[in-house]
Amino acid sequence: MPGEPLKIVLAEDGVLLREGLVGLLTRFGHEVAAAVGDADALRTAVAAHDPDIVVTDVRMPPGFGDEGLRAAVELRTARPALPVLVLSQYVQRSYAADLLDSGDGSGVGYLLKDRVGHVEQFLDAVVTVAGGGTVVDPEVVRQLLRRRRDPLAALTPREREVLGLVAEGRSNGSIARELVVSEAAVGKHIGNILGKLDLPPAEDTHRRVLAVLAYLRG
Amino acid sequence: MDDHASTPWQALARGRYLRSAWPWRAAGYLAGGALTGPPLLLGLVLLAAVGVIAFPLLALLGLAGLPTGAVERRRLRIVDADPAPTPHRTPAEPGPLAWARLRYREQATWRELAYAVLHGFVLWWVDLAAVAALLGLPLLLLTTPLQLALAADGEVKVLKLWLVTSQPGALAFAAAGAVLLPVLLHPLGALAGARAALTRALLAPRERELRARLAEVTRSRARLVAAFESERRRIERDLHDGAQQRLVALTMALGLARLDAPPGPLADRLATAHAEAGRVLAELRELIHGIHPQVLTDYGLTGALADIAERSAVPVATDLSAALPRLPESVEAAAYFGVCEALANVGRHSGAGRAALTARHTGEALLIDVSDDGRGGADPATGSGLTGLADRVAVLDGTLTITSPPGGPTVLSLEIPCPVSP
Repeated sequence: MPGEPLKIVLAEDGVLLREGLVGLLTRFGHEVAAAVGDADALRTAVAAHDPDIVVTDVRMPPGFGDEGLRAAVELRTARPALPVLVLSQYVQRSYAADLLDSGDGSGVGYLLKDRVGHVEQFLDAVVTVAGGGTVVDPEVVRQLLRRRRDPLAALTPREREVLGLVAEGRSNGSIARELVVSEAAVGKHIGNILGKLDLPPAEDTHRRVLAVLAYLRG
Repeated sequence: MDDHASTPWQALARGRYLRSAWPWRAAGYLAGGALTGPPLLLGLVLLAAVGVIAFPLLALLGLAGLPTGAVERRRLRIVDADPAPTPHRTPAEPGPLAWARLRYREQATWRELAYAVLHGFVLWWVDLAAVAALLGLPLLLLTTPLQLALAADGEVKVLKLWLVTSQPGALAFAAAGAVLLPVLLHPLGALAGARAALTRALLAPRERELRARLAEVTRSRARLVAAFESERRRIERDLHDGAQQRLVALTMALGLARLDAPPGPLADRLATAHAEAGRVLAELRELIHGIHPQVLTDYGLTGALADIAERSAVPVATDLSAALPRLPESVEAAAYFGVCEALANVGRHSGAGRAALTARHTGEALLIDVSDDGRGGADPATGSGLTGLADRVAVLDGTLTITSPPGGPTVLSLEIPCPVSP
């Protein structure tokens, strides 16, 4: 795995999954400073360990509602630069939008729990978010792209595909490999997308993600 | 046969009374009263006498009206087409003690006792006298010739008043009887009507009792729906905390195994298994969402409706500009599944290219409209989904209206009263 070992605070109420995640993350060289089972313990653990990234479940005790997500949003309001990756069972814009609205929109991720099974994709997402990137689950993006809102309607199918991959936090090189085209072609697509969505073109990867965030917040 | 009259009074008012069965029904009813009266009187007196000796048994006297009421309500059907249901409620708990406690507390029990006493001591005498005077008397006159023919000594003393010795004289009395009978059948019918009205007044449920029962039915229906709703949520939570967690753990284990496996047939099989587990997980996620959408609990209707609109196959223009307040769970769930059903129908049947969803709360009620530009002709009577939806809304005192002329547009409107304090 590329990148430095990260200090991680993990919150997940399912014991099976929590142990599995700890095993997975430590196996790839990261340090799980604390693995907790509810939102209060999460807040305490973050204060105690000052982690590089928080990975948390949405649904947690005591209410089994969106306590984990609320805690994540609170943590980011208190410390906007704190990277947070939220794992959810739901493909729902409301959750993702709340999260992405917290802080300045960088260093956040919203992934379906299914994604944990795609080990490399999941670890990539952890590293990307910890590095200040933004990751949105492809399923959520797919649903957004289905909405056929006017600005998105202007995009060609290929451009939508590229936007979806951009939303996942992929680099131009990675997108080029995925779609089997040249990196230059990917760059051109992204330029067109940003143009059509009325976002000034820039090399900054964070700016690219704004394209997706605009729709999540809409 | 009776001109659709439902009581003797109605029959009398509408004419044709004599040609209908009503006179005989009235006579039968009164005669029945004369027959049930004596045993009732005897029973009441015995019960009172036993009660004086064995004092606790006197309490039984309080319930003496119950069987009387049951018999009399049934007997009422002879002259009253409207059924008189029992005014008593069913005890909430089993056992004779709970039953007795409820009965002693019900007003209906005491009305029945009053009726039993009244019937036993007074009414059956009236019934008997009426039948004897209004029916017996003319019949007796009518049969004078027959009585004369059968008389051994060749004379009959009509009504113990007039002595008749010849058939012409007897025929004159018979003619008088023939004239009197139809005349007297009228007061007979009127009296039977009065008796029936009195019986109904004392033994049929009062409006308040009916209302109480209706309220109880409504409440129990609402409880049933609430139980159904909480059961759905329990199933959802069980699936979420159980099967879904295990499946995620399984895909994680398969994912790790794939990383460790050397390229070859084993890695390929692991990849297949991994992909299959992923598909099961996706299906399970959709299933869980269909059982109870967590977004409804966490974000309320506004967020949940935006979510449905996004999932819809047909593009939906939403107007949720005024955020809805948090409403009772049952209202939110009914509205949510209502919109789901409506948009699913739009997608399946309407042929519409666009749909619109508006939702607002007036302070008194939740109003939701789902419209589309499709071909119309939706019939709520044929769609089981719509019928179920109407039922679900009706439990909350709400209404579901569908206007769908052929050629469209179809508009489905939901209105659920749910006052919100500002």
